[in-house]
Amino acid sequence: MAALTPLLKARGLKRHFGGVKAVDGVGLDLGPTGVHALIGPNGAGKSTLVGLLSGRITADAGIIEFAGRDITRLPAHARVRLGIAYTFQVTSIYPRLSVEDNVTLAVRHPSGDVTTAARAALARVGLDIHARQIAGDLSYGHQRLLELAMGLALTPRLLILDEPTQGLAAGEIAGFSALVRDVARDASVLLIEHNMDVVMDLADRITVLDFGRVLASGTPDAIRKDRAVQAAYLGA
Amino acid sequence: MTGGVRVWALHLAVLVALALAPLVVPPYHATNLARIMVLAVFAMGYNIAFGYTGLLSLGHALLLAAGMYATGLLVAHGGWTAGPALLAGALAGAGVAFVVGLLALRTTGAAFMIVTLMFAQAGYLTILYFGDLTRGDEGFTLAREARTLFGLDLVTDATRYSAALALFAAGLIGCLLLVRSRTGRVLVAVRENSERTRMLGYDPFRARLLALTLSGLYAGTAGAAYALLFGYVGASFATVQYSVLALLWVLLGGAGTVLGPLVGTLVMFYLVDFAGNLTDATLFVVGAALILLILFARTGLLGTLRARALAWLP
Repeated sequence: MAALTPLLKARGLKRHFGGVKAVDGVGLDLGPTGVHALIGPNGAGKSTLVGLLSGRITADAGIIEFAGRDITRLPAHARVRLGIAYTFQVTSIYPRLSVEDNVTLAVRHPSGDVTTAARAALARVGLDIHARQIAGDLSYGHQRLLELAMGLALTPRLLILDEPTQGLAAGEIAGFSALVRDVARDASVLLIEHNMDVVMDLADRITVLDFGRVLASGTPDAIRKDRAVQAAYLGA
Repeated sequence: MTGGVRVWALHLAVLVALALAPLVVPPYHATNLARIMVLAVFAMGYNIAFGYTGLLSLGHALLLAAGMYATGLLVAHGGWTAGPALLAGALAGAGVAFVVGLLALRTTGAAFMIVTLMFAQAGYLTILYFGDLTRGDEGFTLAREARTLFGLDLVTDATRYSAALALFAAGLIGCLLLVRSRTGRVLVAVRENSERTRMLGYDPFRARLLALTLSGLYAGTAGAAYALLFGYVGASFATVQYSVLALLWVLLGGAGTVLGPLVGTLVMFYLVDFAGNLTDATLFVVGAALILLILFARTGLLGTLRARALAWLP
């Protein structure tokens, strides 16, 4: 893994809100494939960090490189076009449009069949049978899956999932995990997650944030054994 | 595919009905219809910004006036012929909308309404300030001989009607093509959920600026055509009343429907006309109609029709 050049490389990222050091000098390397989990207690700076990576929040300091290119000053929509997809923590879909129209907006083929690509993304999350339904009428779990389908339809090189299993039933989580594992075969997945079972099940690497800084970073086994992490977070 | 055929058939049928109307209705109504079609182009432009993209502007009178005065002043003082002057009016509307958009689109919601209103008021006062040229509130008329387009005399009823119809048809088809295109879907996406749209890789600012500029192109063209077809250019068209009228026409007909602006302009025009026969307080009747609309058909006439029966209506 270490020999590969990272897909995304962040160094010295800082973002302060007034006196709050939400992100305070964070470095992060993401490989071209695999699941990298971001964990930490509430207020540790996880959402701010992915905000910085996706471009929804601008950094006070630090640099971000994506596929060898400096994207620190690039606006969010341009980063999406480079292949960084972000799924919202609070479900954000077009509730008044059909399920299919939601996903179609995410498909960006200069040529080719947009509808086929949209249907394929829907089929992948198992929502193809609901394609014609109004998105706002879907159940909460299905809306989360629609959000994921929109992320997939972007055919991202890096998919950022912000607490994707929040509010999902146990059965839905199993299907979701299988899907993420499948996506991570040929794309990088950055997963923010509170459910430790999901994290330990899916993650190839874990970064632990606390008070806006990296507390530890490593394989799930290493993180489990890390004393600082146990003290701060896992509750040893 | 059949959905597409149905949509085109309906809109072409409306255009054919408008083309046949002067053969069956008295000349008084034919002149009204010509005026309504020109004003409906203005309303269609407003609908692109408000109905499809969610930009609630209170400054569209500025864009109407930009086209009207660009054309009127170039004809009256610059000696331009109608064709180039019409083009200049259309571009003036689009250009002013683009520049106003660069500044006003940094705001949203109520702030956007206020900023656009302020720009429009500044435009209105500018017209009054250059009273030597514009003759202020009183306005000015265009000489009969200047109102000839491609050899057609725009003063006669029949050619005026045909010119208004041609303009309206171009506007309607343009609008239909836009809203059925990918760009049109992105405008709706920006209206429905701007942040989500940004995170799908679209620049919402750019989409809004495009919508506002197209809206200005429609408004400017309508203003320019009004000057040439009806021979009058006046500051009343630059007042806030016309910004509000565009909003009301679109709301009445159905915001975010292609035919809504025509329906709204037509119904409101004849409502005022009808009320004028009964009372001097025509705005009272208009107000009552709007209250009924809010109570019983919030999405406008065609919006309600679409929700109840015709889901395919674009």
